[in-house]
Amino acid sequence: MKPKIAAQSGTFESSDVIFLIEPRPDNSGRKLEISSTVMQQFGANFNRIIVEMLDQYDMTDIHLIAKDKGALEPTIKARFETAIKRSLDEQEGTLK
Amino acid sequence: MLNSLGREIPEYIEGIGKLEPYQGALTKLSKGWMDEPTIPAPNKAYLPHQSKLCNSLEEAILRSNPHNGMTISFHHHLRNGDILLVQTLTILHNMGIRYITLASSSLNECHDPILPYLEDGTVTRIYSSGIRSQLGRAVAMGVLDIPVVIHSHGGRVRSIHTGKIQIDLTVIAASAADCEGNATGSHGKSAFGSIGYAVIDARYAKQVIVVTDNLVNFPCIPLSISQNFVDQVVVVDSIGDASKIATGTTRITNSPMDLRIAKLAADVIEHSGFFEPGFAFQVGAGGASLAVAKFIREKMKTKAIKGSFMLGGITSYCVDMLNDGLFETIFDVQSFDATVSNSLLNNRRHIEIPAALYANPFNCGCITNKIDVVVLGALEIDVDFNVNVITGSEGNVRGASGGHSDTASGAKLTVVVCPSFRGRIPIIKKRVHTIVTPGESIHVLVTERGICVNPAFPELEANLKKAGLNIKDIHDLEIEVDKITGIPAPLEYTDKIVGIVEYRDGTIIDVVHQLKEK
Amino acid sequence: MLYIPGNNPAMIQQGGVYGADSILLDLEDAVALNQKDAARTLVRNMINVIDFYDAEVCVRVNHLSTPFGLADLEAIVPLQPSAIRYPKTESGEEVAELLKIIEQIEDRHGLPHNKMTLHAMIETAMGVQNVFDIASKFDRVDAITIGGQDLTADMNIVYTPDGAGIDFARKRIVMAAKASHIDVIDTVFPDVNDEEGLRRETEYAKRIGFTGKAVINPRQIEIIHDVYTPTDEEVRKAYRIVKEFKINSAAGIGVFAIDGKMIDAPIVTRAEYILRLANVTVG
Repeated sequence: MKPKIAAQSGTFESSDVIFLIEPRPDNSGRKLEISSTVMQQFGANFNRIIVEMLDQYDMTDIHLIAKDKGALEPTIKARFETAIKRSLDEQEGTLK
Repeated sequence: MLNSLGREIPEYIEGIGKLEPYQGALTKLSKGWMDEPTIPAPNKAYLPHQSKLCNSLEEAILRSNPHNGMTISFHHHLRNGDILLVQTLTILHNMGIRYITLASSSLNECHDPILPYLEDGTVTRIYSSGIRSQLGRAVAMGVLDIPVVIHSHGGRVRSIHTGKIQIDLTVIAASAADCEGNATGSHGKSAFGSIGYAVIDARYAKQVIVVTDNLVNFPCIPLSISQNFVDQVVVVDSIGDASKIATGTTRITNSPMDLRIAKLAADVIEHSGFFEPGFAFQVGAGGASLAVAKFIREKMKTKAIKGSFMLGGITSYCVDMLNDGLFETIFDVQSFDATVSNSLLNNRRHIEIPAALYANPFNCGCITNKIDVVVLGALEIDVDFNVNVITGSEGNVRGASGGHSDTASGAKLTVVVCPSFRGRIPIIKKRVHTIVTPGESIHVLVTERGICVNPAFPELEANLKKAGLNIKDIHDLEIEVDKITGIPAPLEYTDKIVGIVEYRDGTIIDVVHQLKEK
Repeated sequence: MLYIPGNNPAMIQQGGVYGADSILLDLEDAVALNQKDAARTLVRNMINVIDFYDAEVCVRVNHLSTPFGLADLEAIVPLQPSAIRYPKTESGEEVAELLKIIEQIEDRHGLPHNKMTLHAMIETAMGVQNVFDIASKFDRVDAITIGGQDLTADMNIVYTPDGAGIDFARKRIVMAAKASHIDVIDTVFPDVNDEEGLRRETEYAKRIGFTGKAVINPRQIEIIHDVYTPTDEEVRKAYRIVKEFKINSAAGIGVFAIDGKMIDAPIVTRAEYILRLANVTVG
C-alpha cells in the first residue's frame, strides 16, 4: 500500500511525537526522516518501531517525517497508527 | 586505583598532580585536622592617600601584572546576568595572555562566549563548581587537554587554603563600592544580595579588582568585602544584565508534578523525626525543591513549630518565612532575587556569610554541619543513592556540584527530590554516570512514583512506614521506571579524562570521560 | 476523580501518580472534533500499559448520537476499564440502548457482562428529570455524576460560583443515587487557582451527600482528599477488617465474619482504601 494523501498526527508537546506522511512516486520506496530529543538513548528503538509498523501495514512509497520529544512506546505506536490510517483515508469516528 | 565507591581514579594527571581517591564522606575529617599545609595569604602594602580608582577594567588588569599561566578567579552571584568574566577574559586574550587557569566559583550559560578562548589556548585549565551549556558540551567533547576540576562550594575554599588554586587575580563585581574597595552586593541598581563566595578570593588573590556600577561615598556599608584586601577599584556603566541577575520574587512552581513531589517530600520531612522546634532547614531554588518550602511553611503553621535557621541559596520565599517568624535567622551565601537583597541589607537576622563559614569542611565547624533537613535535586540517582548533578543523560557537563555534597554531608536528613523519569529518560539508574554526592550522605529519595529510603537508615524507614507513606525499594522503583521508559542505550566514551570531580575534602570521587562524537 | 484529556500523552502517562481514587480518560469534551481518532488510539494503547497504581480507570466516551460514540465503544469496551462514563444521559431507555451495544461488543470478544460498570453523567434538564430511572434500573450503573457546566448551559442560565442554579439538580441526583445505593460524584470546580472556593464547594457537596468530586487539575486532589478523609470510627472499623483479613488469609481462610457480617474481598478492598486515605498501616 501507499499513502493516498498527506497526513499528520501528534503534537510538538513534550512526551509526544509528531508524524507527517506524504505519498511518494510509485516504486520509490520509503524515505524516513526521524529526529528525537532522545535519539542517542532511544534512536534504535524508535527506528525499529517505525519499520515494524510500516511492514505491518505493508507501506511503501512513503515519505515520513517524525519529530519526537521523548514519547513513550505506546504513544509512538498510537500516533503512527493514526497517521497511517489518516494517510490511507481510513480513519473512523472523527471529523477531518 | 579504585576509590571506595568503585570508581577508577588515576594516581596522577598531568597538569593536576597526584590524586587521592575518595574513601568515605567523613574519613578524612575524622582525623580532626587537614594533612595538607595551608599556604599564607599574600602580604600587601599601601601608602596613605593614594587612589585605587582606575579608568577602565583594562587599565586595572594592566596594573595587575597579567602574565601567561596566571590564575584568574570570579564569583557567580550575578548568575546568568554576569558580564565581567567574559569582558575580563576578552581583555586578557587581546593582550595575548595564554595558559590561563580559570577559577570561577561557577560557570553559567552567559559565559558561553569564552568558548573560543578554550579552543585557542587562552584558557587551558578550569576549576569550577559547575559548567553548563556550550561550555559543558565542549568540555565533555574534550576541548581542554587538562581535565576540568569540579569542586563543591566548601571544597573550593579548601583548595584555595591549600594552594591547589593559587589566585593571581580576582575580579569582584559589586553593586555598590567606595573608592577604597569596600564593597557589597546588597544595594544599588544591580543588587544581587550576598557576595559570600568572593570573600575567600579577596583574602587570597595576589591582585584584587573590585568592579562596580555604583560608586558610593566612603565608606560603603556593609563591608561585605573590605578595603584592606582590595588593590584596585573600577567604575563601569554596568556590571551585568540586571534582568538576569535578580528578578522580583521567586514564584512557586505551578507544575502539578513538581507540586506532587514536593508534597510527598514535605510529608517525609514531617514524619522523619527531625521536624521539631528549632530545626534548621535548607532548600534549593529549583521547582520541586522550593515548593517543598511552601508545604513545610503550612505544616509549621499548623503544628506551631518554629525553626532555628535557613541556610544557603536564599529566595524571597525564605525571607517570607523569616518575616512570618517561622525561623529565627537566615544565613545567606547566595541570594536569588531582588527582595532578598533588601532583607539582607535591613534585617539583622538575615546574615551574609562567606563560603568558608557556609561549607568548608576544614575549620572548626561550617554551618552546613548544623543542618537538620536539606532538600536537594538530582540529574540522576542510582540504586546505591549516589547522586549525579553534573553530567546529563546525553553525557554533557550540564550542572553544578555547588553545595550539594556539602549540605548532604552535614544534614541529619538529606532529601533528594526528582521525577522518576524526564522525557523518556529514567532518572533512577543502576549506576549514575558521574558521582558528585555519595549515597552514604543521602537519606531518602522522593519521586512521584514512590519514596525510597537508604537502607542504612532503618529507623527513618520505620518512621515513614508508620506514617503510611508509599515506601518502595529503590531497586524495585528502578525496574518499574525502566519498564515505562524502556532501557536507554548506553553512552559511548573514550579513555580520555575530561573532568575530575573532587569531593569536598579534596579526594576524588569520580572522573568524567570524553564523549564519543556521534 | 481526575479528568485527563485523552489526547495528551504527558498527562496520561503521569495520571496515576497524583493519588486520585479514579482516573477519567476523556475522549469527549477535552478532545477536538478532528482529533477523536488520535485520542481514541492513544487511550487504547496507554490504558493497559501505563500503571495507574491504585486508581480505578474510567473512560468517558462520546455520546452515541455523535459520529464518534460507536467507534469509541468499539475501541474501549474490549479493554474493559473499570467503567465507561457516558455523557449527557437523559433516560433509562438510552441506558438500555447503550448497554445493549456494550454487551454485543463484549459478546464478540468473549467478555463477561458484569465486570466493567457504567457511570451516567447527568448534564441536561431532561436527565435530571429522569435520573431515578437511570440510577435504579440497571445493575451496571454503579455511579452517577452531575456535569455542572453543561447543565447550566442546557438550563440557559448563567453559572454562578454559589451554584444556586444547579442546586436542585445536585440534590435530586444525590437522592436518586442514595435510593439506588450507588456512588454520586459532584461536578468539577473550574477555577484551579481558587483553593478556598474549591474547599467550600467540596464541603458543601459532601454535606449534601456526594461521595466524591471530579477535578480537572491534579493540584485540586489534595483539598478534596482533605475534605473527604474518613472519620476516626471509619478508620477503626477498617483497621479491624484488614487486621482480621491478614490473620485469616495467613491461615488460608478467604472469607470470614466480623460481628456476624461476612467479609469478602470487596469489603477488604474498601477498608484498605479507607486506611490509605487515613495514612494508616496495619502491622
